[in-house]
Amino acid sequence: MAEGGGGFNIHPMEQFLLKPLFGGDEIHWYTPTNATLWLGITVVAVSLLMVFGSRGRALIPSRGQSMAELTYGFVYKMVEDVTGKHGVKYFPYVITLFLFILFANLLGLIPTSFSTTSHIAVTVILALAVFISVTAIGFAKHGAGFLKLFWVSSAPTVALRCVLALIEVISYFVRPISHSVRLAGNIMAGHAVLKVFAGFAGALGLFSVVPILAISTIYALELMVAVVQAYVFAILTCVYLNDALHPGH
Amino acid sequence: MEGNIAELGQYLGAGLACIGIGGAGIGVGNVAGSFLQGALRNPSAAGEQTATLFIGIAFAEALGIFSFLVALLLMFAV
Repeated sequence: MAEGGGGFNIHPMEQFLLKPLFGGDEIHWYTPTNATLWLGITVVAVSLLMVFGSRGRALIPSRGQSMAELTYGFVYKMVEDVTGKHGVKYFPYVITLFLFILFANLLGLIPTSFSTTSHIAVTVILALAVFISVTAIGFAKHGAGFLKLFWVSSAPTVALRCVLALIEVISYFVRPISHSVRLAGNIMAGHAVLKVFAGFAGALGLFSVVPILAISTIYALELMVAVVQAYVFAILTCVYLNDALHPGH
Repeated sequence: MEGNIAELGQYLGAGLACIGIGGAGIGVGNVAGSFLQGALRNPSAAGEQTATLFIGIAFAEALGIFSFLVALLLMFAV
């Protein structure tokens, strides 16, 4: 463990510690922790947006309805663009993932809250679910024909196709890793940077105006990263779905 | 000058791992720059390609995140 120097007592990784909600130190699989709390808040927030957004059904939408409709339309268009009309069937799954990750990222940016998506455990479950379901859909739709995904038939020679097949298989199995680590890494890195600058602000005394200004700027950047990462996760899900629905090169 | 050689290696390794982030920066810049170049030549086709832009950025950036992760693991988990 690295030890902080004088006056630098904010540990950048401390914010990611899991703490039991109701006291005690031991964490079992059933212990409600701050992660459980914020995962719950995320689900409640998503439900509130969609339930109250779709309740009025006014011709001239209110702000809430407008937000819900815009999000819905945005994700629907994304699914339709990337996977074609066969993929629209899987739209509920994609919008669930998108809204969950978006709200988890944004709620994690509230000061003193807990960013659940910065934990690999959370994102790996999301990515593995996508990986397994996409593989299952591919085999269910095309049977052994799904394996054409790995056979680049446009390559000129058979030897080259074998090499490419090996590369394609490796890249296929790396997908869940990169899918999950990208999200967790981005969120974790951003929050750690915020804490490092907070440490500078604590150490500099009167000159702490500079790091505080920097924190505001980085916070704005993090806001963008939160949205973009949710978008990227959802669109990569669509890309993988498209591979499963239309294998072959 | 105290401390052991393992700690030295840990810190040096974490610093070296961060070089990879520079590579990701070059990659992301390349993607965005090329997109802008193409978009300015044919602005009418640019709107449909923003999804591709983000996918490209995500792929390039993931590798930088990997090296950052290695640095973090060396600093806090080893």
